[in-house]
Amino acid sequence: MIAEAGHYALVLALALALIQSTVPMLGARWGDPALMNVARSTALAQLLFVAASFTALVMLHVASDFSVVNVFENSHSMKPLLYKITGVWGNHEGSMLLWVAILALFGGLVAAFGNNLPLSLRAHVLAVQGWIAAAFYLFILLTSNPFLRIASPPIEGRDLNPVLQDIGLAVHPPMLYLGYVGFSISFSFAIAALIEGRIDAAWARWVRPWTLVAWIFLTLGIAMGSYWAYYELGWGGWWFWDPVENASLMPWLAGTALLHSAVVMEKRNALKVWTILLSILAFSLSLLGTFLVRSGVLTSVHAFATDPSRGVFILLILCLFIGGSLTLYAWRAPALKQGGLFAPVSREGALVLNNLFLTSACATVFIGTLYPLALEVLTGDKISVGAPFFNLTFGPLFVPLLVAMPFAPLLAWKRGDLLGAAQRLTAAGIAALVAIAVLFAWTHGGATLAPLAIGLAIFVIGGALSDLAERTALFRVPFATAMARARGLPRATWGTAFAHAGIGVALIGIVCETTWNSEYIGTMKPRDIASVAGYQLKLDDITQRQGPNFREMIAQFTVSHDGETLEVMTPSKRNFTTRDSSTTEAALLTRGASQLYVSLGDTNAEGAIAVRIYHKPLVLLIWWGPVLMAFGGLLSLSDRRLRVGAPKPAKAARALQPAE
Amino acid sequence: MTLWFVFALMTVAAIFAVLWPLSRGSSAQAGGSEAVVYKDQLAEIDRDVAAGLIGSSEAEAARVEIGRRLLAAADGERTLPARANLGLRRASAIVALVGLPIAAVTFYLALGSPRLGDFPLASRTRMADVSQPLENMVAQVEAHLEKNPTDGRGWTVLAPVLARLGRFDDAVRAYRNVIQHAGDSAERRSDLGEALVTSAGGVVTAEAKAEFERAVAQNADDPRASYFLGLAAEQDGRKADAAAIWRAMLSKAPADAPWRPLIETALARVGGAPVAPALSDDAMAAARDMNEADRGTMVRGMVDRLAARLKQDGSDVEGWLRLVRAYIVMGERDKATNARIEARQAVAGDAERLRKLNEGLKNLGLDG
Repeated sequence: MIAEAGHYALVLALALALIQSTVPMLGARWGDPALMNVARSTALAQLLFVAASFTALVMLHVASDFSVVNVFENSHSMKPLLYKITGVWGNHEGSMLLWVAILALFGGLVAAFGNNLPLSLRAHVLAVQGWIAAAFYLFILLTSNPFLRIASPPIEGRDLNPVLQDIGLAVHPPMLYLGYVGFSISFSFAIAALIEGRIDAAWARWVRPWTLVAWIFLTLGIAMGSYWAYYELGWGGWWFWDPVENASLMPWLAGTALLHSAVVMEKRNALKVWTILLSILAFSLSLLGTFLVRSGVLTSVHAFATDPSRGVFILLILCLFIGGSLTLYAWRAPALKQGGLFAPVSREGALVLNNLFLTSACATVFIGTLYPLALEVLTGDKISVGAPFFNLTFGPLFVPLLVAMPFAPLLAWKRGDLLGAAQRLTAAGIAALVAIAVLFAWTHGGATLAPLAIGLAIFVIGGALSDLAERTALFRVPFATAMARARGLPRATWGTAFAHAGIGVALIGIVCETTWNSEYIGTMKPRDIASVAGYQLKLDDITQRQGPNFREMIAQFTVSHDGETLEVMTPSKRNFTTRDSSTTEAALLTRGASQLYVSLGDTNAEGAIAVRIYHKPLVLLIWWGPVLMAFGGLLSLSDRRLRVGAPKPAKAARALQPAE
Repeated sequence: MTLWFVFALMTVAAIFAVLWPLSRGSSAQAGGSEAVVYKDQLAEIDRDVAAGLIGSSEAEAARVEIGRRLLAAADGERTLPARANLGLRRASAIVALVGLPIAAVTFYLALGSPRLGDFPLASRTRMADVSQPLENMVAQVEAHLEKNPTDGRGWTVLAPVLARLGRFDDAVRAYRNVIQHAGDSAERRSDLGEALVTSAGGVVTAEAKAEFERAVAQNADDPRASYFLGLAAEQDGRKADAAAIWRAMLSKAPADAPWRPLIETALARVGGAPVAPALSDDAMAAARDMNEADRGTMVRGMVDRLAARLKQDGSDVEGWLRLVRAYIVMGERDKATNARIEARQAVAGDAERLRKLNEGLKNLGLDG
């Protein structure tokens, strides 16, 4: 009964989505508030039914009801409870159900908390959400139904892909989907604005926080996925420019651009039309990501789906929504009222520059990801576009972006003073130069670019700190006063500083890891010693162990540094009988922000084992950076004040710095 | 029944979600307006000035800007009267009341399986499941072996069951574990090889062949390994080799070996020998060396097999005559008479064969 009730709930959600997508539109057209309010109750009811449906699937997985095809194919009765639950979205059908559940959640949030929105705007926004939801419900029910049954159920399931049996699966997909689907809200707002033919202040007030929520989750989701790949795949790599990774990076770049332009729009009423376009692009790229991953166009760990009917269906949804929204944009955007004016050198101007670089970077990723696919479709040639392409195109676009980044928060709204900003960045610039000089001296004859890149990162972090110092007037007023001012600063300002510093922190990690990474790859027998970067790793023993649904070969290493024994590391290799496959569980030893990384290969006939040992200096900064960025986003989100960008008056003496 | 009750409740809830706002009709226009936002922004500026975040000149500039926008918004505020569109409301209500349940139920019936109950694993393993006791047991044994993978006896029990259930790949793995944990033997190698052949759809793969060769190396007389090695030769197109292997088997085999007919038909397939009960030269030679009793057993075995074959396919007139002759030679006249009657019945439908049979029987002096 649980399975069938869940199935029926999903069908009801589809029916409600269809009503939600039409009736409120008619209501808005004819000005009937009762019809417009239908959007609200149907969105909430839809959330209820999808949540029930999702809960049903979770219960089926937990109870190991193998009469459900989805459970049979992806679960195993002896899997630990956590993986039974996470296994719900560790497969194509379940993950699509999670996708629509999150979509319904966002729709429900707009319905529940959208009281201060104009009625017709809310009706339109929810109707657009209804269209998206209806398309995806149909997709799920017709091509990827998680509730299909087997009349004579098997007694045991086929187990989940062992690589996915990890805590990462509990966090990474839901985060990423919250990010992807979160952009559907700004998309719906953009389409609603185009349909209504006007963008008012309420529009801007609403779009920025939603974009910020989506952006925070997407940032964390990507970082989490990267860290997961780093420790689970056993190669110590954290970013491969794999199409699936690019598919998540593109919405992130577009979303970051959107976030900044939405700030301009909320505070200064400018860049309206551009913000609308970015909203459409960010969600379109999310849809594209869903298509790339879910259609099986790409073959990778993530491609569970290889059924062509699914691919064609998603492609149709993609064409409908992206093509439709861009057509609507081309048709209606010229009618929208343009917003405020600003000088080229101003906070607005700096944010436009940021948008230009981010969208260009996004375009290069787009080309690098889709060109090989297009070429294969047209000519049948298989080429692979990898790290060299992206390093050569993405890198040069990000360097000027990072150079310009510290300047933007120091510029005033409407008309800024570049020279003044530069003066206030002197300290950061000096710190950067010192760092470069020290690094050159220290790594004499080593990589040339690395010290420069680290200098840039220091400049970015220093810039963020200078901004804070400037606003609190630190060093100019007594310390206590500065502290009081710091407490009085809007949380959004702190958020900006944290997010910008996070970029610098991540950059340091990336540069250090790629430049000064040292490794040992070879075979070892018990009591052999390998030394990497001053650490000695002694292989003590190789033992076997039985896990709940796997067998495990554990190697035990004793790590010592300068003769002092530090810790025992136990990398292992797991064998899953049901799927007849194995995974490597790397062992990590964290020392500050650096890590020792040991992963096992195969054993050979003489009982020796292939071992890969890496020392990765400051590697953790790569993920601390995004966490800082997300924290900055949270700070900014928690700041529920209205955002007003006070313009710098045309001829006013420099008094206090305009803050927010 | 409960299921349909739950469905009905859910449908009612969905309909209610649509009807409720419609019934609340023309309540006062809720929702914010643009002017409210601008007023809030003006208040925010005052707060910022009070907190010392912005200077008074900037605040003044911001106030001017927002004031301008507020005026524009107040002018452009569409004072849209809340018009109740009764026709549309009624249409929506009908869609919700009639269309929604019909659409949902039709859609669901096309996809769902309302008659299937739940099968949570816990209740299935607890109660003795009559419909699939074997699968249940297999799952339990598998669970046991997952925890004790070195239990050779367990694998020995499990492997043939898996093969019979058609889970050949699993059977292959199980047989490998048998060899690893319960010791190597010719028979186990042959088991493994046979599982490999079945999982490959009857083709003796190189992997399977290697297993059979290992089996033969341990026990040259292992019949299954020899048979499959012959089959491998046949599948490679080396029919002569296949025939040689099988002939050698027949010559060495006891007369009552159950697999004899199989080898004989296989041999016939590669054109190695007439069907039966003719003996190859080697077999003849072997028979000569046997003592009386052994030879008698051998002959009897052949005769019985011939009789069994004719019971299944009685159209072979020559075969019947050979059988009758054999019984006469062995001095079993009763059986000969019975065979004659059976033969007549078997070929009764075919005049030409019946004539040949009668002629042959007359020659044997068994007419009438």
